[in-house]
Amino acid sequence: MATFYGTEVASRLMLGTAQYPSPAILADAFRRSGAGIATVSVRRESGGERAGAAFWDLVKELGVRVLPNTAGCHSVREAVTTAQMARELFDTPWIKLEVIGHADTLQPDPFGLVEAARILTDEGFQVFPYTTEDVVLADRLLEAGCEVLMPWGAPIGTGLGLTNIYGLRTLRAQFPDVPMVVDAGLGLPSQAAMAMEMGYDAVLLNTAVAKAGDPAAMAEGFARAVEAGRLAFEADPMEPRDMAAPSTPVIGKAFLE
Amino acid sequence: MTLRATIVGAGVAGLCVAAELSARNVEVTVLDRAEHPGPHGCSWWAGGMLAPFCEGETAEEPVVRLGQEAAGWWERQGVEGTRNGSLVVALGRDRRELDRFARRTEGHRTLGRDELAELEPQLEGRFDRALHFPDEAHLSPRDALGHLREALEARGVRFVSPENRPQGSACPVEGREAPILGDGSGAARAVGPDGGAERPGHWTFDCRGLAARDVLPDLRGVKGEMAVLRAPDVELHRPVRLLHPRYPLYIVPRGDGVFMLGATQIESGERGRATVRSVLELLSAAYALHPAFGEAELLEVGVDARPAFPDNLPRLRRRGDTIHVNGLFRHGFLLAPALARMAAEYVCDGKTPEVMDENHG
Repeated sequence: MATFYGTEVASRLMLGTAQYPSPAILADAFRRSGAGIATVSVRRESGGERAGAAFWDLVKELGVRVLPNTAGCHSVREAVTTAQMARELFDTPWIKLEVIGHADTLQPDPFGLVEAARILTDEGFQVFPYTTEDVVLADRLLEAGCEVLMPWGAPIGTGLGLTNIYGLRTLRAQFPDVPMVVDAGLGLPSQAAMAMEMGYDAVLLNTAVAKAGDPAAMAEGFARAVEAGRLAFEADPMEPRDMAAPSTPVIGKAFLE
Repeated sequence: MTLRATIVGAGVAGLCVAAELSARNVEVTVLDRAEHPGPHGCSWWAGGMLAPFCEGETAEEPVVRLGQEAAGWWERQGVEGTRNGSLVVALGRDRRELDRFARRTEGHRTLGRDELAELEPQLEGRFDRALHFPDEAHLSPRDALGHLREALEARGVRFVSPENRPQGSACPVEGREAPILGDGSGAARAVGPDGGAERPGHWTFDCRGLAARDVLPDLRGVKGEMAVLRAPDVELHRPVRLLHPRYPLYIVPRGDGVFMLGATQIESGERGRATVRSVLELLSAAYALHPAFGEAELLEVGVDARPAFPDNLPRLRRRGDTIHVNGLFRHGFLLAPALARMAAEYVCDGKTPEVMDENHG
C-alpha cells in the first residue's frame, strides 16, 4: 500500500483522464488497470454554470480517488484559483500542483511552484507538486509544506521515459521517507517498471495510455509493470557486477567429449 | 395505412430522418422553432468533412463503416459535395504522428513531396510527406442544411413551429424541460413484420441533440470552437488535417477563398464563449500550415456543444412511440444519413437497427 497524506491507496498506478477516444474507453482503462487514483484537469473545462459537470460526474463514477490538477496553469495566481475551484468541485483537499514555466517543454516553473505550494498548504490543501528531479527544489517544496513529491520522468506527453536516471536516483536517495510519484513523460510500461524498481512509490501517466491504439490494454500493461517493478524493489535486487558468476557450478562438470 | 411521423428538431439528424421517411412515403411533419437552418443548432458549426477513414484514427469501427454511406447519400439528395479526398500532414518534428495516423487508419496512400505538390500546389515544399485519403469528400454544412430543407418542403414535408403545431399532433417541445411523449392520441396501430410487436401508426422522432438531455441523462456536451477565414491567396482543393500533439487542426475549403478551421474538443456542455486560447490555437495551427493564412480575414468565430453518449457513438433509442436519434458527436453529416436510414427501416420494415440500444415498445 502506498500512503499519501495519510490515505492508503491500493494501486500504485495513477492515470490521467484527458485525451481518451471516449469516456467509455477511459472507464475501461481504469477497470482493466485497477488504477487507484484519477487526475482531472479543471481549468480548461471550466466555464459558467458548471459546464464540465457531465464529464466530472463520469470521472467520479469511476469509483477511484480523484486528484484534481492545475494542468496548464502558467502563473501562481492561476494555479491557486484553479486549486480552490477544484476543492469545491471534488470536495477534496488534494491538489496536483502544476505551474508551467516554459510553454514549449511544459517544464515546471520552480519559483512559482514553491510560492503556490506555500500558499496552498497554508490554506489547508494537501499538495502534490509536479516538479523536476532537482534536489534543492525538492527541499524547498518540503519546507513549503508538501508531504509528497512528483518529479517528472521527461516532459509531459513526450513518452521519452526516465531521461535523467542519475537525478531520479539521487532524489530518491536524498529523501527516502517522502512518498514520491514519477509523473509525466512515460511512454512504455518498462519505463514505469524502472521507476518502481528505483523505489518510487507510484507512477502517474496519461498520454501513453490515452493515445495508445488500445488504451485499456495499455493501461493493464502499465499496471502489471508497476506491480512487477514494486515487487522487484521490495525483493532487494542483486547488485550488478563485472565478474561472471555462473548460477550452476562448473567444477566437477563432466567433460562431454 | 399511411404511416405518420413527427420529427422534433431540424438539425442534420432531423432533416436526414425526414428525408429517409418521406422517401418511404411516410407523412412527415417537422417541428422546429426556426424558419431556416441557422446558428441556433450545432449542425450549423460543423466542418462538413465526410471523412470516415480519417475519423477511424480515434473513432470506433461503426463510424468508419457507416460513414462510408454519407457521400453518396448527400449526392442523392442533390447536395453539391466535393469528392476530392482529403490530406493529412504533420510539421517537421511531429512527423512520427503521421506514421501513427497511417497505422491506425485505412483507405490511404502515402504521398511524397512531388505527389503532394501535384495535388495541392500551394503545399509544395512545406511537407515532405502526406497521407491522401482519395475516397473521402466534403460539403458545406450550411448549404446542405438549406438545400435539404427546401427539397423536403418541395416534397410535401411540413415544417411548423412547435407553437403552431396542429391539434392532436405529437410532441410538446417548447422548453428544454418539456417531456417528449408518445402520440397519446390513440392513433391506429399496425402489427410489425418483426414478430407481432405492436407498432404505432404515428411515430415521434426526437432529434433535438443536446436539448434532449432532459430525457437522455447519459448525453453530454462536448464543446467545439471553430473559425471561418477568407484567404484569397490560399488555394486548397480538399480538407487538410494537420497533426499536432497539442493543437490538431483541420481546414476545409468552402470555395471563393473561404476556409473553415476546426475544431477544439473540450469536455464541457458550454454552448457559448469561444476562448482566446482556443482561437489562438486554431489560428496558429492554420498559420503553421500555410503562412498566407496570416493575411486572412477573420470572418467568424463559432462555438457550440456536440451531443455525445459515453462511447461517443450515436444511438437510436425507442421508448413507446418515440424514437430518440442522438449522440452524433462530431459526426453529424457523416453519420446522420446511416442513422436516418436505420430509423426509417425500423418503422417501415421492422428491421432492428444495430445502433438501437433501447427498445421499449
